[in-house]
Amino acid sequence: MRPNRPLHLLIKALLLFILLNLFFAVFSTGRLGNYSGYNLIFPGRERFPFGETPRVAYNFSLYDLDAMFKSLALAGKEKSSKEYRVFIMGDSSVWGTLLRPEETLIGELNSANLNVCGKQVTAYNLGYPTISLMKDLLLLTRAMQYTPDQIIWLTTLEAFPKDMQMDSPLVANNAESIQDLIDRFGLSLDPADPNLVEWSFFEKTILGKRRYLMDLIRLQLYGVMWGATGVDQLYPSDYPPAAVDLEADETFHGMTTPLDASTLSLDILKAGFYAAGNVPVMLVNEPILISQGKNSDIRYNFFYPKWAYDQYRELLDKNTRENGWEYLDLWDLVPATEFTNSAIHLTPVGEKMLADEIGKAIVQSCRLK
Amino acid sequence: MSLSQIIVFALISIILALVKRSKFRVTLMLTLSILAVFWLQPPLPIRNLGFWLSIATLTLAVLSWVLVVSRTESILKENWPTAGILILIVVIMSLTRLLPIDPFTIISRPPLIWQTFIGLLLIAFAVFLMRKFWRPYLLTGMIALIITLLIIIKTPSLSHTASEFFRSLNGQSIATASAFDIRWFGFSYIAFRLIHTIRDRQAGRLPSVSLAEYLTYVVFFPSLTAGPIDRIERFISDLRRPFTLESADWMDAGQRFFVGLFKKFVIADLLALIVLNETNALQVHSTVYAWILLYAFALQIYFDFSGYTDIVIGIARLLGIKLPENFNSPYLKPNLTLFWNNWHMTLTQWFRSYYFNPFSRWLRSLINPLPVPVMIFLTQVSTMVLIGLWHGVTWNFVLWGLWQGLGLFFHNRWNDFIKPHGVLFSSTPARAKLTDASGIFITFNYVALGWVFFALPTPSLSYNYFLKLFGFN
Repeated sequence: MRPNRPLHLLIKALLLFILLNLFFAVFSTGRLGNYSGYNLIFPGRERFPFGETPRVAYNFSLYDLDAMFKSLALAGKEKSSKEYRVFIMGDSSVWGTLLRPEETLIGELNSANLNVCGKQVTAYNLGYPTISLMKDLLLLTRAMQYTPDQIIWLTTLEAFPKDMQMDSPLVANNAESIQDLIDRFGLSLDPADPNLVEWSFFEKTILGKRRYLMDLIRLQLYGVMWGATGVDQLYPSDYPPAAVDLEADETFHGMTTPLDASTLSLDILKAGFYAAGNVPVMLVNEPILISQGKNSDIRYNFFYPKWAYDQYRELLDKNTRENGWEYLDLWDLVPATEFTNSAIHLTPVGEKMLADEIGKAIVQSCRLK
Repeated sequence: MSLSQIIVFALISIILALVKRSKFRVTLMLTLSILAVFWLQPPLPIRNLGFWLSIATLTLAVLSWVLVVSRTESILKENWPTAGILILIVVIMSLTRLLPIDPFTIISRPPLIWQTFIGLLLIAFAVFLMRKFWRPYLLTGMIALIITLLIIIKTPSLSHTASEFFRSLNGQSIATASAFDIRWFGFSYIAFRLIHTIRDRQAGRLPSVSLAEYLTYVVFFPSLTAGPIDRIERFISDLRRPFTLESADWMDAGQRFFVGLFKKFVIADLLALIVLNETNALQVHSTVYAWILLYAFALQIYFDFSGYTDIVIGIARLLGIKLPENFNSPYLKPNLTLFWNNWHMTLTQWFRSYYFNPFSRWLRSLINPLPVPVMIFLTQVSTMVLIGLWHGVTWNFVLWGLWQGLGLFFHNRWNDFIKPHGVLFSSTPARAKLTDASGIFITFNYVALGWVFFALPTPSLSYNYFLKLFGFN
């Protein structure tokens, strides 16, 4: 038997570790997120992984799109010939902040048992809680592989300013995909935007990617908890309500000038419609809180001064008509009492009202085909 | 202990391992152990309490040593350098409050310097009194004091009252008093080491130990957090042995350390995301998942604790101390008795030595001895209930102890009943293997079910979880 030589062993272990890291950095395809226990060992999620309190919500934010999609029930479901598959895109109001899955717009649509062209409507939640058209475009292009029959794209003015596009961590952490989209659709965004996270060689090694790898494992383990409890966010009994007494601020993202194509990312909207190809897309201007408090003569809510929002509606209306896009302006559909902690987050009653309108439009859109 | 604390300890131990001079090594180990008492004590919301608890740990250790040391020895003659180091460290720690930087994220904020000096004077006075007026009953008194302190920190209502007391003493609001205010780092284990030495002194079994050896044993920094609970005679024999560290020792230490890190910080920490707890016990909605969370708890607690023990044994090995094992594949044992002989072994050995065996002897010595099964029932159940209470004075720990104690009792009775038919179960190798496998399965599940009481805070929640486990939710 060879004598024990700890120093040799240590050096060998170090060398092996370095080699393994180099191998990973060079050959890792970054597709580890495709390996998932969701829909196999535990049920798929009803909405994207997102959250900041993983220990109690059994959910957290990660930015690997493959892993995110694979964790959805959508990824494990074969589309039957009788299914009319509707993807609902949007921000946290679609994702369903403070709402249980069955209380969201998607839950309400599914419980309505809608029939379209002889098929059963099944809505899927592809909302993600950051407001940015670029984030929506990123998710929409990825979602197309799951063969939707229709896409409902809920949006609001806050998603349009150019300075919002790269702010979403999901966008920032998917630089390669974003640069590809900018290139593919000729978007007026900077592919070298400093917000986009570029990985150094070290950050591609196992050591550099330890957080990413850990997140992939955590996502799987929280899948067990999702399966066990059906909980995917924290539901506090009390929360600060959306502000109705507002600052006397008339600017919108620092702007006081009229809104136009140079300030809003209308080109991303157009790219979304292109990306959907033959799949019909319905654009929905989502309901906002119209406050009746201090300074409500100059602002609708925390997000919007009246002049900016009114101009945005005009601009959107004009654009959708010019492009022949299906468009639903539901900005004032929901009364102020049916908002929760933000000017765009609805109560279950508000969601039901929204679902009724969108449901009608889905059914109608088939008749128009 | 956090990962960074463990790494610091490991690096220090490697440096100490390279120090070949035995005497210097013991002094360094003692110094580091005393410093660790201050460093590892978490800061508490009660002003200066963290610091005073560290002082209390050292005081109890010194006073216990004064009580157990031979009456014929002069305690100052050989031990003044140790006393000097001890006082110097306390003074330095106290002076940290004068530093321009804020070190109190590392150690608890000390009180005003004159308060520390008065504290030191009082301790010196107590040492003087104990030495001068030493009586055998003082040993019993010290055990009673240690047990009383243990009961206070383990009983939520008493800890709460103590918190109120200290808060009012400090002029802090008692409205925010909480049992969690009294977190005395490592005391659960220190108490066992102190009681062991005092009881052995009473029995005349304790070897002669210097203050340096005694303090190093009681607050040995690797095992300060969660054991293992070594025996002093074994510990000092390692300490006194000329220190050599062969290649094989480095290999053993490294292997134990890294295996421990993997068990604790990879396996256990990942399992911790899905273990049964108070919140998810209410949320879980299916029997299968209820079992998954329970099994996750059973495995997590094992990997966490045994991983930690591996780390400690690895670090101690670098210092020339061969700490005893605490786990020996307990979940692979075919019956509950063997499980408890291989789970947290140093704790069960301690209880066997200082409770189970004396209690059994006393029961057997009664003029009208009880029937053997009754004696077995009483000794096993009471031992396990006490072990449960050591984890915390709550009804659930009592129920956990009862569960384990009854399990041991029934296994004992079953063993007696089955002994004549034993050959039936092991007549062929296949049959023996099947018996073993069934035993492992039953034992693991029995232990896992017991963890329900351990993981959940109340009997009603535990009862409802049992219903879920068996499909009655």
